[in-house]
Amino acid sequence: MNYFAAVQAGLPGSMELTDILFLAISAVLVNNYILVQFLGCCSFFGVSKKTDTAVGMGMAVIFVMALASIVSWCVQYFILTPLELDYMQTPAFILVIATLVQFVEMFMKKAMPALYQALGIFLPLITTNCAVLGAAITNIDNGYSFIGSVVYGVFAGVGYMVAIVIFASIRERLEVTAKCPKCFEGFPIALVSASLLAMSFMGFSGLKIW
Amino acid sequence: MNITNIIYAVAALSIMGLLFAILLGVAAKIFAVEVDERVPLVRECLPGANCGGCGYPGCDGLAAAIVEGKAPVNGCPVGGAAAAEKIAQVMGVEVSSDEPKVAHVHCAGGCKAVDKARYEGLKDCNAAMRVASGPKECAFGCMGLGSCVAACAFDAIHIVDGKALVDTEKCVACGKCVATCPKKLIDLVPKSKKVHVNCMNRDKGPVAMKVCEVSCIGCMMCQKTCKFDAIHVEGGVAKIDYDKCKGCKMCAKACPRGCIEPIPTAEEKEKFKAMQKAQAEKAKAVAAEKAEAASLKKD
Repeated sequence: MNYFAAVQAGLPGSMELTDILFLAISAVLVNNYILVQFLGCCSFFGVSKKTDTAVGMGMAVIFVMALASIVSWCVQYFILTPLELDYMQTPAFILVIATLVQFVEMFMKKAMPALYQALGIFLPLITTNCAVLGAAITNIDNGYSFIGSVVYGVFAGVGYMVAIVIFASIRERLEVTAKCPKCFEGFPIALVSASLLAMSFMGFSGLKIW
Repeated sequence: MNITNIIYAVAALSIMGLLFAILLGVAAKIFAVEVDERVPLVRECLPGANCGGCGYPGCDGLAAAIVEGKAPVNGCPVGGAAAAEKIAQVMGVEVSSDEPKVAHVHCAGGCKAVDKARYEGLKDCNAAMRVASGPKECAFGCMGLGSCVAACAFDAIHIVDGKALVDTEKCVACGKCVATCPKKLIDLVPKSKKVHVNCMNRDKGPVAMKVCEVSCIGCMMCQKTCKFDAIHVEGGVAKIDYDKCKGCKMCAKACPRGCIEPIPTAEEKEKFKAMQKAQAEKAKAVAAEKAEAASLKKD
């Protein structure tokens, strides 16, 4: 079969501007990756001790998610779908994300050494961050257009950042002022507060459009 | 099954991989950060176990600290003298030779120590500590629950006869077990030294005697016997000064409780006693002779 015809046939339909707007809001609040879908919790707990590093991590995730959405969308619709290789989606996307993270890591090491030091092991861990793979796969599963995918990727990252920054400020406060039982200090109380935060985000499900 | 599908799949992923590899290769050149060239060289000399025994986060951390001059070239307890020498060559400094060390458990109680109660909780010394300081009558001894065994990354410490025992061949003196033991029984000692006090019981003699067959009762016999001033009873328990110890094993033979390693055989003990007796008699005879001579002079 003609390749170009196959690409043409495989492309998803275009999206309305309002659709994209709703998509963005829902990615941040309603379908927040961490607090509603519970994806990417590893780095969420790991890097949320300080607000500064949380902001940096959020930025890194936004960047990687946006790039991953762009590249994975192209890979899906220009390589996998025309060649009928949809079943190779997961390995192909992992390849894309791993490369991107490596790239971001190199870039950061050069341009922002302080942030690079602060993120430490968690930067390579974005490679295996299920939120990034989740965003890439969601784009394809829901048949978002290119613009829609990019917007979704960016705002899913923003959702991650919102969650991790709120959580980091809660943890900072906990560390200083809160009196909690000795056995709950540190990680246990972090888990409890994360679950409370997640419950409060459930409130946004009233906004549900999709 | 269509064979072209497989070929497409393999080819597509391979080409993607290749493209990404080229991209990363180019990026590595563009975004290359200049690091001190000695850091990777030093890093190569280190064992790469990332055990954290040096106190830095992994071998990379130590390598960076060595190059910055924050850590000594022999900062790696695992690599020991061999690694230190190589690193010293890289850094262009003399290595201050430090004797290799091994961990040693200062308790020989185990099955010989009296049980206070049967402990059926979590198999972890720190957990057992919280239940009335552990299941042994002796509040200072090894509980044999193996927290140190779990902590050791080199399979060098095991519970033998109810107490922890270090395998000196495998031990790299990383200090993980030292930090884990809630009773603070484990210590890094020079590898060449073979004489150790295997008790940390600070109780008074009669109490210490009741709780364990091989407890130190602080009787001072070892201190009196040592010709090199290398063993002292401090706070109710004998302690060896490894700088002074010559390894003559006299203290081990003199110890009435058998808590100094290497444990002498019955024969050795007899011999030692006979020798001590002979010496005492000799000293007596000398003293008597002197007294006689003095009295003669007076006359």
